[in-house]
Amino acid sequence: MRNFSTFIAQFKIRLNLLSMIMLSEFQGFLTSLDIWDICFILLLAIFLGIEVISNVPAILHTPLMSGANAIHGVVIIGSIIVMGHTAPDNYFALTLGFLAVVLGTLNVVGGFVVTNRMLQMFKKKK
Amino acid sequence: MANSDILKICYLLGSLSFIVGLKMLSRPDSAKRGNLFAALGMTVAIAGTILFHENVNSVTGEVSRIGNLLFIFGAIAIGTVTGYLSAMKVKMTAMPQMVSLFNGMGGACAALISLVEMNTHHPQEFGIRFIIFLGLMIGTVSFTGSMIAFGKLEEKIKDYGSKIQQVINNTLVFAILGLIVYIAQGDSTTDSLIWVVFAASAVYGILFVMPIGGADMPVVISLLNSFTGIAAALGGFMYDNQVMLTGGILVGSAGTILTILMCKAMNRSLWNVISGAFSANSSSGKSTEGLSISEINVTDAAILCAYSQRVTIVPGYGLAVAQAQHTCHEFEKVLEQKGVEVTYAVHPVAGRMPGHMNVLLAEADVPYPKLKEMDEVNPQLPNTDVVIVIGANDVVNPAAETDPSSPIYGMPIIKANTAKNIIVMKRSMGKGYAGIENELFYDKKTRMLFGDAKASLEKLITELKSA
Repeated sequence: MRNFSTFIAQFKIRLNLLSMIMLSEFQGFLTSLDIWDICFILLLAIFLGIEVISNVPAILHTPLMSGANAIHGVVIIGSIIVMGHTAPDNYFALTLGFLAVVLGTLNVVGGFVVTNRMLQMFKKKK
Repeated sequence: MANSDILKICYLLGSLSFIVGLKMLSRPDSAKRGNLFAALGMTVAIAGTILFHENVNSVTGEVSRIGNLLFIFGAIAIGTVTGYLSAMKVKMTAMPQMVSLFNGMGGACAALISLVEMNTHHPQEFGIRFIIFLGLMIGTVSFTGSMIAFGKLEEKIKDYGSKIQQVINNTLVFAILGLIVYIAQGDSTTDSLIWVVFAASAVYGILFVMPIGGADMPVVISLLNSFTGIAAALGGFMYDNQVMLTGGILVGSAGTILTILMCKAMNRSLWNVISGAFSANSSSGKSTEGLSISEINVTDAAILCAYSQRVTIVPGYGLAVAQAQHTCHEFEKVLEQKGVEVTYAVHPVAGRMPGHMNVLLAEADVPYPKLKEMDEVNPQLPNTDVVIVIGANDVVNPAAETDPSSPIYGMPIIKANTAKNIIVMKRSMGKGYAGIENELFYDKKTRMLFGDAKASLEKLITELKSA
């Protein structure tokens, strides 16, 4: 039980710290990222996602799904990193990396363009 | 300012744009700007990575920048051109398939990253290995699952499921997870087992989507969408990359909520959808033997509509397939000229995706206020003279309210059977996507108008104009 309350206390301190740092010294915070900070980002992002999505009218479900689909195309950054640091003679990794970048780009570009097309139709025409 | 700091700022901007963009996407008036905003943020994050990303070798302290730029730019160029063209060319009716396809691409991308990472760096730490394998599994499941969903929406793949399959699926998923934990603990001698994880995950993705009914594909796509988000976030863990982490988790959690919202719109639990109870259920509704249907010809239908005060159109996927949305809008305008009040009743899951029908009708310039949601339209239906059901079936099936043995029992419906007259436009007496009989067609107030929706509407317009 004591463990739990210390955990809660630490959690509160962490949360306060995080918001303080994010507001004032985000640069220092960014350079000192460790696994715990990642966990806090994780936590905040999960709740942010839930918060952002709730109360969406049904007509926007499809564009929203499509938009979110484009956003997870951010995985392309991982493929660029892995590709960018591959030895130029590692053909196996280069081929797969190349394919990964192509697929990632497809996801990003296709996703945003399709969403845009859908939303264009909602535009009020006069 | 060091390169790494500039990169962090790019990532901060990217993450911010995703959050704000997603928020803007959930409001009709700002949705379009939200999408563009998120796209802009994505561009900043990608450009920042190419320009400023650095790897520091922990042994020698050597700093290396992003190399193989020729390949990277080549790949981006191919992806951009293909992605842009296919997204611009796809018909709005085929859009759910397209979203599923793009989702699969993202999943495959995440899986490939894991494969390459294992091959080039042979990491030894448990944490990193675990994340890599998990990312591989989720990405692969998302990829093969999306491909099956794509095939089902194209109606190239049939539903296939049996009771035992659920057992196989669950065994398989635990086997894969067990294998992942086992390999993650080991050193590089067990690295080749990564292909087993890859293959098993691919099979699991297929088996996972296979038994799920075609009508539930939107839910599946939304779920796989959040899977890919999680795979992207795992990539963020792997590289300590904040923008991948926030973007991925944001989509992961938002996608999960969206999936649950969709299930709620159909009054079913997520588990119920996943276990494929929809198609496995052999009940096909009440027997309709001995009941007869009555037909109506175009002239009578036109007269019935013209002398009505209030007409409500219930559009379904059949309208989309016949590409009849423009003709339908014209039909509505002709009726309005005759002093008839016309509205559209749009069911949340009409079409192949929630909101799909709204997109299609908006494409045909149907004024936004004319589209009524189910809850708004149902109380008015008893005062409606004619309900015209165009290519919709399951969403107006009274069995959802009256027959507890029906697979769609409990799903909220548009209560077309409460209107004074019902005209059903249909190609034939075929069953709806859920594959069950519809009592509405045998209702005494119902008249059937067989034929292609577009052709029938055109004939109706001609009749109305000449009358």
